[in-house]
Amino acid sequence: MDRIPILKMGEYLLVTVQVDMHDRLAMTLQEDLADRIVKARARAVLIDISALEVVDSFIGRMLGTIAAIARVLDAETVVVGMRPAVAITLVELGLALPGVRTALNVEKGMEILRRSLGKSEGNGAEASVQPADVDAQG
Amino acid sequence: MLRDDTLSLRSSEDIVLIRQAVRATAVDLRLTLVDQTKIVTAASELARNTLDYGGGGTVRIQGLQEGGRRGLRLTFEDKGPGIPDVERALKDGYTTGNGLGLGLGGARRLSSEFALESRPGEGTKVTIARWTS
Repeated sequence: MDRIPILKMGEYLLVTVQVDMHDRLAMTLQEDLADRIVKARARAVLIDISALEVVDSFIGRMLGTIAAIARVLDAETVVVGMRPAVAITLVELGLALPGVRTALNVEKGMEILRRSLGKSEGNGAEASVQPADVDAQG
Repeated sequence: MLRDDTLSLRSSEDIVLIRQAVRATAVDLRLTLVDQTKIVTAASELARNTLDYGGGGTVRIQGLQEGGRRGLRLTFEDKGPGIPDVERALKDGYTTGNGLGLGLGGARRLSSEFALESRPGEGTKVTIARWTS
């Protein structure tokens, strides 16, 4: 197991993390995603972590980095499916995932992405909308 | 029979194995899901510290039973450079590496007990425990 699959669906990339990630796997995912965003001209990335039993500061930082890379490449990221015990632990650990949009499940995550893509299409190159949205999540 | 194992910690794959071993022990001891998640996450943070700053080492995983309560003790040991300023190392955001600096302080918050011994030039030993409430 040395790659996490990335599925393409129109302008969306979908990633489901199903294994306990060792560090190299996490780094590979970061690079693969950046590549795929550009090659597939993706505008949005949805990362499902519902199978993850643990999110430590390394994985948390990786999610933040992926969201930041995607943003620079003009794509939005939403992380969905965090388990309640993981959320409790993350906050106690001191990591509230700043800059990472989250949603309860895939459906809600897709709704957020669809809305934000619709918005940016309507306004043309509307970069100013995005940072404000991200702040509102924090 | 309570578990008492010592695992070696040499690579990032070992961190995954340690997370799994700690989880299995916490499940055996019937810790709640939140307690399991906290101790596994704390273990992951400390294992990464041992690897990144201590140059690798060992972790001892012990099941505990004391009166009516059950718990889990983890001892991380390395023979690395040690921590010159322990107080500072426990502060959030302090890091000498490229992490977030949440490892030690975060692990302390996630544990019921936390002890850190470090001698510059000799190494570091961090012990944590999590008890059933």
